[in-house]
Amino acid sequence: MTAVPVLETRSFSVNGRDVAVTAPEDASLLAALRHDLDLKGTRVGCTEGYCGACTVLVDGRPVQSCNTPLWAAAGKAITTIEGLAQGDVLGPVQEAFLIEQAAQCGYCTNGMIMTVTGLLMQNPPATKHEIVEVLDERHICRCGAQPRILRAIDRAIAVIGGRK
Amino acid sequence: MTDLPSNLKSNPLLSRWLTVDEADTITIRSGKVELGQGIATAMAAIAAAELGVPVERIRVENTDTLRAPEEGWTAGSFSVEHGGAAMRFACALVRELFAEAAAARLGGSAGELSVEDGVFRRPGANEGLGYHQLRGAVDLERMAGDLPAPKLRGGTVDRPGFSRIDLRGKLTGPGFIQDMALPGMAWGRVLRPDHPKDRLATLDVAAVKARPGVIAVVVDGGFAGVVAERDDLAAAAVEFARKRATWTRTAALPPMGEANAWMEGVPKNSTTFLADEGEAAPAAFRHEADYSRPYIAHASVGPSTAVARWDGDAVEVWSHSQGIYPLRKGLAKALRVDLEKVTVRHAHGSGCYGQNGADDVALDAALLARAAGRPVMVQWSRADELSWSPFGAPMRVHLSGAVAADGTITEWAHEVWSPPHLARPGFGDGVNLLAAWHLAEPHAPSAPNDAPRPQGGGDRNSVPLYKVGKRRLTHHVLPERPLHTSAMRGLGAHCNVFAIESFLDELAAQAGIDPVEFRIRHLEDPRAIAVIRAAAAAAGWDPKDAGGEGTGRGIGFARYKNSGAYYACVATVSVEEKVRVLKVQGAVDAGAIVHRDGVLNQVEGGVVQAASWTLKEEVRWSDAGFGVRSWADYPLLSFSETPVIETVIVEDPSAPSLGAGECAAGPVAAAIANAVAHALGVRVRHMPLTHERIAAAIEAA
Ligand code: FES
Ligand code: FES
Repeated sequence: MTAVPVLETRSFSVNGRDVAVTAPEDASLLAALRHDLDLKGTRVGCTEGYCGACTVLVDGRPVQSCNTPLWAAAGKAITTIEGLAQGDVLGPVQEAFLIEQAAQCGYCTNGMIMTVTGLLMQNPPATKHEIVEVLDERHICRCGAQPRILRAIDRAIAVIGGRK
Repeated sequence: MTDLPSNLKSNPLLSRWLTVDEADTITIRSGKVELGQGIATAMAAIAAAELGVPVERIRVENTDTLRAPEEGWTAGSFSVEHGGAAMRFACALVRELFAEAAAARLGGSAGELSVEDGVFRRPGANEGLGYHQLRGAVDLERMAGDLPAPKLRGGTVDRPGFSRIDLRGKLTGPGFIQDMALPGMAWGRVLRPDHPKDRLATLDVAAVKARPGVIAVVVDGGFAGVVAERDDLAAAAVEFARKRATWTRTAALPPMGEANAWMEGVPKNSTTFLADEGEAAPAAFRHEADYSRPYIAHASVGPSTAVARWDGDAVEVWSHSQGIYPLRKGLAKALRVDLEKVTVRHAHGSGCYGQNGADDVALDAALLARAAGRPVMVQWSRADELSWSPFGAPMRVHLSGAVAADGTITEWAHEVWSPPHLARPGFGDGVNLLAAWHLAEPHAPSAPNDAPRPQGGGDRNSVPLYKVGKRRLTHHVLPERPLHTSAMRGLGAHCNVFAIESFLDELAAQAGIDPVEFRIRHLEDPRAIAVIRAAAAAAGWDPKDAGGEGTGRGIGFARYKNSGAYYACVATVSVEEKVRVLKVQGAVDAGAIVHRDGVLNQVEGGVVQAASWTLKEEVRWSDAGFGVRSWADYPLLSFSETPVIETVIVEDPSAPSLGAGECAAGPVAAAIANAVAHALGVRVRHMPLTHERIAAAIEAA
C-alpha cells in the first residue's frame, strides 16, 4: 500500500488563467508547474536555488520556482515562458535571445529569459549592469553561451527601451 | 563497389539514413546525436544542400537503436567529419535514385534534370515532380555500395540568419528528456553515499516504504532506490532513507596534496611511445618544468535523466547518452538480458561535454522500472550529479627541452601522468555503468585502459605539431584513481596543450625571441601558421609590448588531436586580486564550413568553458568523501567574468569539414597562462590559476 501524502489545494493564476493545484503540502512552485500543470518550459535544474533554470515571474518579479513553496504562490500571478508569446509573436526578450542564438543546449535559457523580462518590465527598467549582477548571482550557464546572452540583453534593452 | 565514407560503409542500407515522407518532408536519421552543440542543424544543412530541398522541410528524427545508423559515440569532434560525410553521401545517392525515377516520368535522362526546392525539372520546364510524388517509385531498401558513386553537390544551405532548428521549440516550451511523460510513469531516485568508497550496509526498507507516495523501495546489494508517484516525493523519500542508512567504508582516499601530489603514490603503466633516434644538435640552454590540471566536473545544468519501460523481458530506455548503441550493449550486459531485448532512444538533454551521468542514470532507470513494474523516470540530484558523474581526468605533465644558439629547439621530452580518460559503456570487455558495480551480483568494470592512439586519452595532443628536434614521449596511465574518470571535452588535450604552449613561451623568452615568431619558425604546416598569424593580427600583436604592471597578453595554439580543427588565440588579461580575462581573439580553421554560426557558437562556448576550467575549477575531496556537493562548491566563470570573444574563421572550402567544439580548450588555457606571465613576469604552471598560486609564484620570484 502506498501511503498518501498530505495534500493541499492552492489557487493562483498562471499566464492569465486561474488554476487550483492540489499537491503535497510541501511541493514547490516548480513541481506544481511541471508536474501538475504540465508547463515544462520552466526547467528543472539543481532544485537548490543556485542555477536559475527554474525562474518564473511572480507578480512580475523573477523568482526561482524550485525554492518557492507552492503556498507562497497562492493568490499570486505567475508568468512562465509559455506566457511570453502572443500566438506566433514571441516576447521581446525571447525574440532577442533567438535572434542572437544565445544558447547552446538552451537548458539554462528560459530561466534567463524570465529574469531579463522581469528586470526590464519593472519600473524603472533595470540597467544592463544590474541585470548582469542578477545573472551572476542567480543563473548558471555551463555551455559558455554567456557572450551571446550578453548580446541578447543588449538587443532586448534596445527593443524595450530600457536604460543602458 | 563504390568507395563509401566509413560510417556509410558500416551502415549501408539507405532507408536507415532517411525517409521521404508523404507530407513533402524528408526525415533524416543520424547516429550523431544532439548534445546542445547544434549537430542536428548541421546535419539538416548538409542533407538539404545535397538533396536540393529547403532546410525547413528536413525533419531530424531523434535516433534509436531500432533504425538509426550505428555511428558509435557523438564525441571527439568527429560528428561533422565522419557523420556529416556519410549523411552527405547517403543523401546524394538518394537524390540520384529519385532523379532516375523523375526522368522515367518526365522523359530525358536523370543527368539533365535539375532539383531545386525539392522538385526535379527538365531544363526550362515549369512543371516537375517533387520527392514526395516519387516516393512510391523509389526503393530505399538498397545497399549504398551497390549503387554507382553519386556526384556530390557539396556545399550547405548556410546563409546569414540561418539558425539552429531546435532552439525556437526549446525557448518556448518543452524539449528535453526531463519533459517526457509516459502513460503510468512513476519517478525514481537512487540513494548514493557521500563518499566514493562507501557501500550500503543496512537500510530500514519498511520505514522508507511507508513514506508518502512511495511505490517501491529497491535494494539489490549496494544499489538502493525509491520509486514514487511524484519526483518530489521520491526525492524526499531518498533523503529520509539517507538518514536511516548505514555504510561500510571499503577503502580510504589518498590525501589530495598540491597539484595532484597524490599521483606520486599510485601504480602506473608507462609507455614511451615515441623516441627519435640519433644525436640531438648541440644546445645553448636547457629548461624543464612541471604543469598540472585537477579533476574537472561536467556540471551539466540539467540533471542526468532517463526513462525506462519494460514489456515482459524487453526494455525501452530513453537517454541523452552520447552513444545509444554502446549504451544498449552496456545495458544488456548489466541487466543480463539479450541485446535484442534492449532498445535505446535518444532524447535531448542539457549541454553535454563528455560522459556525464547520462549513461549511468539509464541503468538506474532500467533497474527501478523493472522492480516497480511501471515506466520510471529517474533524475539525479545535484549532489549526485556533481559527485557521481564521471570526472574529467586530472593530469601532470613534465616537459624538458633544449635550444640551440640560433633559437632552434633541438630536444623535447614530454611525460604525462593521468588516469584513463575513457571508461564509457561499450569500451573494453567489462560493464562501465555505475549501478552494475554495486549489485548483489556485481559486474566488473572494464580494465582501466586509456583511449588508444592516435586519438589518445591522457596523451591526446602530447605530440607537438612543431619541429622540436629529437623527441621523446612517455605516457603513464594511473589505473587506481581516487575519483572515477571518463571522457570530458578534449580529454588530455587541455593540459597537454597548456603545458606545451606554456613551455614554448618559456623557451622563447630565454632565447629572446617573440613568442609568435618563435612558433612560426618551428612550424611547417601552412594552415597552422595561417591561424596563428590571423589571431595575432586580430589582436594587434606587438612583439615590442613588454607587458608588466598587471596587464598582459599571451598566445596559444593547437591543432586538435593533431588531425582536427586548428585554433590559435591571443588572450588579454589583467591581474589584480585575481586574473580577469578581458579578451580572447582567435582564429579557427575547421575546413569547409557547414554552419558558420554553429562553428562560432561552439568555439565561443569552448573558450568560455576553457577559461572557467583554467581559472576557477577544481574538484576536491577529503577524508569525508566528495568535496563538491552543490553549485556553491564549484563556481563557474560568471557573466561579469566572461571575456569579449572575437573569432575569425579561416576557411578552406576545399578541405574536409572538421568539428570545432574541442579545439579551443588547450590554446585558451595556455594563452591565459602566457598572458599572466606577460603581465606579472612570473609563471603559474598549475591549474586553476588561483589568487593563492599567483601570490605564491610572486613570492617565489
Ligand atoms: S532549479 Fe531552481 S535554482 Fe536551480
Ligand atoms: S546553453 Fe547550455 S547551459 Fe546554457
